[in-house]
Amino acid sequence: MSQQTAHASTAGHHPKYLAHHFESMAQQNAAGKLGMWLFLGQEVLFFSGLFLAYILARIFYPETFLAAHELLDWKLGALNTVFLLTSSLTMALAVRGAQVNSQKQMYWNIMATLILGGAFMVVKYFEYTHKFHDGLLPGKLFDAAKAMHNGVPANIPGAPAIFFAIYFVMTGTHGLHVLIGMGLMIWLLIRIKRGDFNSENHVYLENVGLYWHIVDLIWIFLFPLLYLVR
Amino acid sequence: MESNRKNVPQGAHAATAGGAEPNYINAHKGIWSWMTTVDHKRLGLMYLVGVLGFFAVGGIFALLVRTQLLGPIFKGASGKQEWLFSGETYNKLFTLHGAVMVFLVIIPSIPASLGNFFLPLMLGAKDVAFPKLNLMSFYVYILGGAFLLFSIFTGAVDTGWTFYTPYSSTTSTSVVSAVLGVFILGFSSILTGVNFIVTIHKMRAPGLTWVRLPLFVWAQYATSLIQVLATPVLAITLMLLAIERTIGVGIFDPKLGGDPVLFQHFFWFYSHPAVYIMILPAFGVISEIITINSRKQIFGYKAIAMSSVAIAVIGFLVWGHHMFTSGQSELAAAVFSFLTFAVAVPTAIKTFSWVATMYGGSLRMNSAMWYAQAFLFLFTIGGLTGLFLGTLSVDIHLHDTYFVVAHFHYVMMGGTMTAFVGALHHWWPKMTGRMLNEFWGKVSCFFVFAGFNIAFFSQFVLGTKGMPRRYANYLPEFQYLHQISTIGSYLLGLGFFITLCYMIQSLINGEKAPPNPWGGRSLEWETDSPPIEHNFHHQPVVTHGPYEFPEIDHSQAPRGGH
Ligand code: HEM
Ligand SMILES: [Cu+2]
Repeated sequence: MSQQTAHASTAGHHPKYLAHHFESMAQQNAAGKLGMWLFLGQEVLFFSGLFLAYILARIFYPETFLAAHELLDWKLGALNTVFLLTSSLTMALAVRGAQVNSQKQMYWNIMATLILGGAFMVVKYFEYTHKFHDGLLPGKLFDAAKAMHNGVPANIPGAPAIFFAIYFVMTGTHGLHVLIGMGLMIWLLIRIKRGDFNSENHVYLENVGLYWHIVDLIWIFLFPLLYLVR
Repeated sequence: MESNRKNVPQGAHAATAGGAEPNYINAHKGIWSWMTTVDHKRLGLMYLVGVLGFFAVGGIFALLVRTQLLGPIFKGASGKQEWLFSGETYNKLFTLHGAVMVFLVIIPSIPASLGNFFLPLMLGAKDVAFPKLNLMSFYVYILGGAFLLFSIFTGAVDTGWTFYTPYSSTTSTSVVSAVLGVFILGFSSILTGVNFIVTIHKMRAPGLTWVRLPLFVWAQYATSLIQVLATPVLAITLMLLAIERTIGVGIFDPKLGGDPVLFQHFFWFYSHPAVYIMILPAFGVISEIITINSRKQIFGYKAIAMSSVAIAVIGFLVWGHHMFTSGQSELAAAVFSFLTFAVAVPTAIKTFSWVATMYGGSLRMNSAMWYAQAFLFLFTIGGLTGLFLGTLSVDIHLHDTYFVVAHFHYVMMGGTMTAFVGALHHWWPKMTGRMLNEFWGKVSCFFVFAGFNIAFFSQFVLGTKGMPRRYANYLPEFQYLHQISTIGSYLLGLGFFITLCYMIQSLINGEKAPPNPWGGRSLEWETDSPPIEHNFHHQPVVTHGPYEFPEIDHSQAPRGGH
């Protein structure tokens, strides 16, 4: 049985961003990416619980969903869809920038992604405050009388409290993911400024990109399911 | 020639291990070097201490529960008779016992402690793929444990470890803190799972093909898959439950039009696969211990490896067997019953393979092997009684009785915990550099085995006679069985206490361990005991399977595959 003689700490040609326990950049990058894909699988299952709750509630109360979705503003939802889709494009361009070693392209595309994510949250903020104001709240907090008083036709059959519970939990959990994504963008911007990324080493950037695309993808399901019920 | 190579450095290493290169324990000094370590071996050890500490906490709750059941006898219609604890306190005790044992002890037990320690060693890697993430999972684990135990001081929880709605969304006890604790623990579990899968895929030493992996690695792989795919569903469920309690979202609340049974579906969609998170690593451990101590090729390597994966997959489809009495449709119940039987097949394949491995081997009955025999016996009973419960009509009678309690203790305590303690005996020399006392190892195994059977076989009888679970009180005719069970639990406690004693003794003045005390062929035995900080002096290259012991006589029958 033969043994290689290269000792862990004596193999001197390691690039500075290669962690000590990996043999090569290829191994490190592949590990990083597989880890992210597994994490995304986990995210999908996390949301699948909510989608299942949605499906059941909709089977139990089709009339509620039909009536209650009218109280959501589909135009704002559509605007947000545009924001997120565009941000996925800029994110992809940032990764492209890393691949071709363009610091500028990386930096400004991440910046654009960050701003688009922010715009999404601003729109969400207005939507939420509006609902709070009208008493269109989840569960026990749902206040039909207050809504009617404000001129909102909230005399919805079935279980409107559950519709709004699902609306807030789903969009809220998704919004939290957008916020986390924005935090990651800021971290990326700092690291790009430090010159950490280049065509050989950008698995972090790529992973944040993957994460961002899944957040986007989830919204693409949420938007029609909540705003465009027929 | 191969066996020569192994024997020569063995003595040399043992003599120079202390002097030549510091090991992972004394390479860095001070509490801070432990708190911030990213070394998988140190983290494994820290998890081990955490798990054993929580095991003691959960064990004390258990003994309190059993002590309560020594005495009280229902005093007819005239009034309730209380013995040690009121009914409310009793409810909190068994809930804490269950929650601590499931989420803080059994789920992290083998994977987080021994898995962390040995997975990279078995793969010939310097560390897990994401060492910092590993450190983070550890702190997440501690934080989750803190939340869970914090609930004791804010009124404790009385829902049972299953947190069923609608009771859990209405009881006045501290459900939110406990549920948040479990939620946080889930993330620790997920992150560890991701880390392990990537490590197994990407960090194998040259020559270490998939069919040369030790079976412990295969078992960890299947476990990690379940951890990553099932735990998020528990997380979302508990999140919904916490929101339900705070603002009454109504998804589980029938008053608001929700469905409480939905909670049960969610819960068991995680928690049935979770029982395989608990048992698969134990299967892996048993494959290692039995094969090394039989000095034979393992019987059915591929069958054992693949059955782990099969269990992981089918295990996702049987959750409904916990809900036969919940009003699910008859068709669903029949399908779940069928699948439950199906999942027992790969489990049986393993059991038969272990027995066949021992058949005709030259058995070395060390204390790890004693524990492995205890596992075989106890797990078989646990698994077979699972089939009783998976049978529709029988379960109607046995559901929510002590029969179920006995079943899951036979698999969790008799299976996972005995395997865990056996594994500690097996790998203790590698982890600490010290040998354990073999004589007392066997004494403790005897007490654990005898005490366990006395404590829990009586509960099978109680269950068939109709004693329901989770009651602080019972009819007089159940008393003698309860008392037998309690005495057994004390013996069981004594067994573990003995183990604790000789483990401490071994740390203080145990005999020094050689690198390869059991003559193993997998990579963890090729480094020093305890291992050096970076695991191996040289990058290992693998040229043989994990169980090709030098004693195996190759002249008789040709063995394929290598
Ligand atoms: C051959 C394998 C197994 C089969 C067929 C099986 C079947 C079942 C069934 C049908 C039940 C539901 C009984 C009822 O509530 O009426 C059950 C309960 C349970 N089983 Fe198993 N089981 C098996 C293995 C295991 C293993 C390996 C573990 C854990 C390591 C386990 C842990 C549990 C637990 C914790 C419960 C009770 C949960 C509760 O209600 O609190 N089982 N089992
Ligand atoms: Cu089950």
